[in-house]
Amino acid sequence: MKILLKGGRIVDPSQNLDGKMDLMIEDGRIVEIAKEIKKKASSELKIYELPGMIVAPGLIDMHVHLREPGYEYKETILTGCEAAVAGGFTSVACMPNTAPINDNRSITEFIIRKAAECGLANVYPLAAISKDSQGVNLAEFSEMKDAGAIGLSDDGKPVTNAALMRRALEYAHSLGLPVISHCEDTALSAGGLMNEGFVATELGLRGIPNSAEDVMVARDVILAGYTGTAVHICHVSTKGAAAIIGKAKKDGIKVTAETAPHYFTLSDEALRDYDVNLKVNPPLRTEEDRTAIRAALADGTIDVIATDHAPHARTDKEVEFEYAASGMIGLETSLALGLKLVAEGVLTISQLIEKMSVNPARILNLPKGTLTVGSDADITVFDPEKLWSVDTALFRSKSKNSPFQGWQMKGKALLTIVGGDVKYSEYED
Amino acid sequence: MAIEQKKVVMDADGIDRSLTRIAYEILEKNKGVENLVLIGIRTGGVYLANRIQKKIAIIEKVNVPTGILDITFYRDDLARARKKPHPEKTDIPFGLEGRKVVLIDDVLFTGRTIRAAMDALIDFGRPKLIQLAVLIDRGHRELPIRADFVGKNLPSSRDEQVSVSLTEKKGQDEVVIERSF
Amino acid sequence: MKLAKKDILGIKDLSVEEINLILDTAESFVEISTREIKKVPTLRGKTVINLFFEASTRTRTSFEIAGKRLSADTINISASTSSVVKGETLVDTARNLEAMNPDIIVIRHSAAGAPHLLARMIRQSVINAGDGFHEHPTQALLDMMTIRNKKGGFGGLKVAICGDIAHSRVARSNIYGLKKMGAKVAVAGPATMMPRDMDKMGVEVHYHLEEAITDADIVMMLRIQTERQNQSIFPSLREYSSYFSLNKRNIGLAKKDVIVMHPGPVNRGVELSPDIADGPYSVILDQVTNGVAVRMALLYLVTGGES
Repeated sequence: MKILLKGGRIVDPSQNLDGKMDLMIEDGRIVEIAKEIKKKASSELKIYELPGMIVAPGLIDMHVHLREPGYEYKETILTGCEAAVAGGFTSVACMPNTAPINDNRSITEFIIRKAAECGLANVYPLAAISKDSQGVNLAEFSEMKDAGAIGLSDDGKPVTNAALMRRALEYAHSLGLPVISHCEDTALSAGGLMNEGFVATELGLRGIPNSAEDVMVARDVILAGYTGTAVHICHVSTKGAAAIIGKAKKDGIKVTAETAPHYFTLSDEALRDYDVNLKVNPPLRTEEDRTAIRAALADGTIDVIATDHAPHARTDKEVEFEYAASGMIGLETSLALGLKLVAEGVLTISQLIEKMSVNPARILNLPKGTLTVGSDADITVFDPEKLWSVDTALFRSKSKNSPFQGWQMKGKALLTIVGGDVKYSEYED
Repeated sequence: MAIEQKKVVMDADGIDRSLTRIAYEILEKNKGVENLVLIGIRTGGVYLANRIQKKIAIIEKVNVPTGILDITFYRDDLARARKKPHPEKTDIPFGLEGRKVVLIDDVLFTGRTIRAAMDALIDFGRPKLIQLAVLIDRGHRELPIRADFVGKNLPSSRDEQVSVSLTEKKGQDEVVIERSF
Repeated sequence: MKLAKKDILGIKDLSVEEINLILDTAESFVEISTREIKKVPTLRGKTVINLFFEASTRTRTSFEIAGKRLSADTINISASTSSVVKGETLVDTARNLEAMNPDIIVIRHSAAGAPHLLARMIRQSVINAGDGFHEHPTQALLDMMTIRNKKGGFGGLKVAICGDIAHSRVARSNIYGLKKMGAKVAVAGPATMMPRDMDKMGVEVHYHLEEAITDADIVMMLRIQTERQNQSIFPSLREYSSYFSLNKRNIGLAKKDVIVMHPGPVNRGVELSPDIADGPYSVILDQVTNGVAVRMALLYLVTGGES
């Protein structure tokens, strides 16, 4: 089956491409990009007329929780992948905090096998840094790499021991595996439920200070600089962390960083009604932090937009704020919230695609994030003008914990192509 | 537009004469002031109770103990009230056990206020007896209640308004009957 | 005049008019508790459930007496005796209680926002009897009633609230209420007991007790939770009490006619010296008495009404 995408605006920052062009897919690969490709539709060739649409390298979400194995009541690899392709993502990297933790070859292989059975998005497992993510002994990186893991993280259970973090960076570097760090000083954040500040003071909720994030970001960039290795900082939420990363980059340290749509969209003011769907870790920060995160996205300090898609069942959330699980889903709202940044003049469309596709591919060493001829046909087609309102009941994700329920959005993926096959389409066939 | 018909049925002199007569009747029926107490029902009854107390003082040279009763807590329509009536203070600074209590109100209508007032009084102790004095009895009882002392019987129709104004609250002493069409 | 909402979740949500309505109504209920027969039939046939997830003697007793004096049927459910310990969630509990059709649920919970969750789930009125460090509206109302009785109003008064502000729902509710009513509020406590951005609540922030109580008309001392020593927010009770207790020596800094308040129970010799707690400045027992009247007023104002 061949596919011809006609008349769309092709935006591919990996080759500085931005213009109205046609794109031809054959045998799972991109075979031609040209001003005009004239072909007739047939049983062998499907043609999509895409005036006004943007054709981009397939979006990559490098920070999701698919919950399988262990928490299938929250999400499965299948439902997570369905949500991914519906949100325009052709690839996702899934965090190891499943049950059991992905700290050994068999779990990594299980995830890859399951994802292949689903046959929707590419699923790249991230493996644990330490055994059982306990922060004591290193997990078997080489074994897991052989099994298909593409990076390392103890997401959610940050490595508190600086010596272990140093060893992880060194050992992973020699294997070419990126280390992805959730930066949180758990002593400073202990008992915290939301950002420490005026709103927490009024609501009587224990706060998580910005410093809980900042000191760990500082530690990790210092270690990366000292060992000459690369580190990727997860979900940056504070002004301070952005400043430390910006300075480290200037100093030539190999640090990259991501933030999540909620950190550039919302602030702690939104928590006034104790909406548990806004309980995330790190917490939604102040307006000042939000502004700083947007600036850091604009100036390139923050390389990546990743969702930290964290599905939780109703029973995990429909409890007192204090007892509610942290996290929100994001796969099906991320692109629209990213396009909001474009509408607000924070990013250009090309920068957005860089942060949602090109950069994550580069950081994870994936042969993705590009539309160059010969590469895998992972392509996202989206309508930047399409108006829609969020109804979590219609989401593919098994969980509905989105604070964006009811929001009016602009921009939506209409066609998600993975390896030359249409995996999600809002076009009639 | 509603047309209002307003008629004064009792003037200041009429009210005063009625209260004087009620004072004498209370003394006559109770054979003096011994064990006697007056309780005015908020708000109109309070002023009338004070006036009757003064009249008795002139006649008998004794200040009969006089209290104030707010019946809000005893109303039978609270559960249905959309807007909660605002309760005022009840002030009965003496015991009622074994006393002869004269309850005083301005207008006797359905009898529900008096029912509530009697329930309230009994919560303060067991009086020897309770009598009722009202300035106006306009009929339309919904409970088996009658007054012992009445200033004026005023036949009225249900949709008419009978209002007693007194100098203590506003304007002049008069009883007015109003009807809007 | 009536309350705008079905629930009483916090002072922050109440208007000045509503606070006045509640205090005025409470005044009318005081007399009932002085009677020989301390009961009126006002809430006969109504059911009030006191749902306490946190130990409390005073507040629970006060609500129970308030309900009983109004002839409501009051039922106490405490976390240790209910199915809460069996892993039932608040939402399950709420739905079960709702099915039994009570009229009012009074809730005390260690988690801030729990009453709000409950109020969203059920159609009955919810009264917050204290949630985490967030609000304790009935305590603030009884405090305001006591202040109004003693001082005739709120305008121009200086109220000092001293102690562990960070972990105090009493402080937060009083700050909201007193500021709305026109009083000035100063808070004092060690920096470790002062929450972040406290000044944005519109209060003077002090780290020395003496500064806050100088020229104060009212000094409200908070109970120190001795178990917080372990969280290293203060080194020892001895040190705390030598710098943050109200005693004969420092009370002279306040106005001559100062009144001393405390939400109870008092740690005598820690935040309050015994001669102050039991001395002429203290209105601590008036607070308790007014607590019953305020809670009667709230039960009265939130029940019924086919709105």
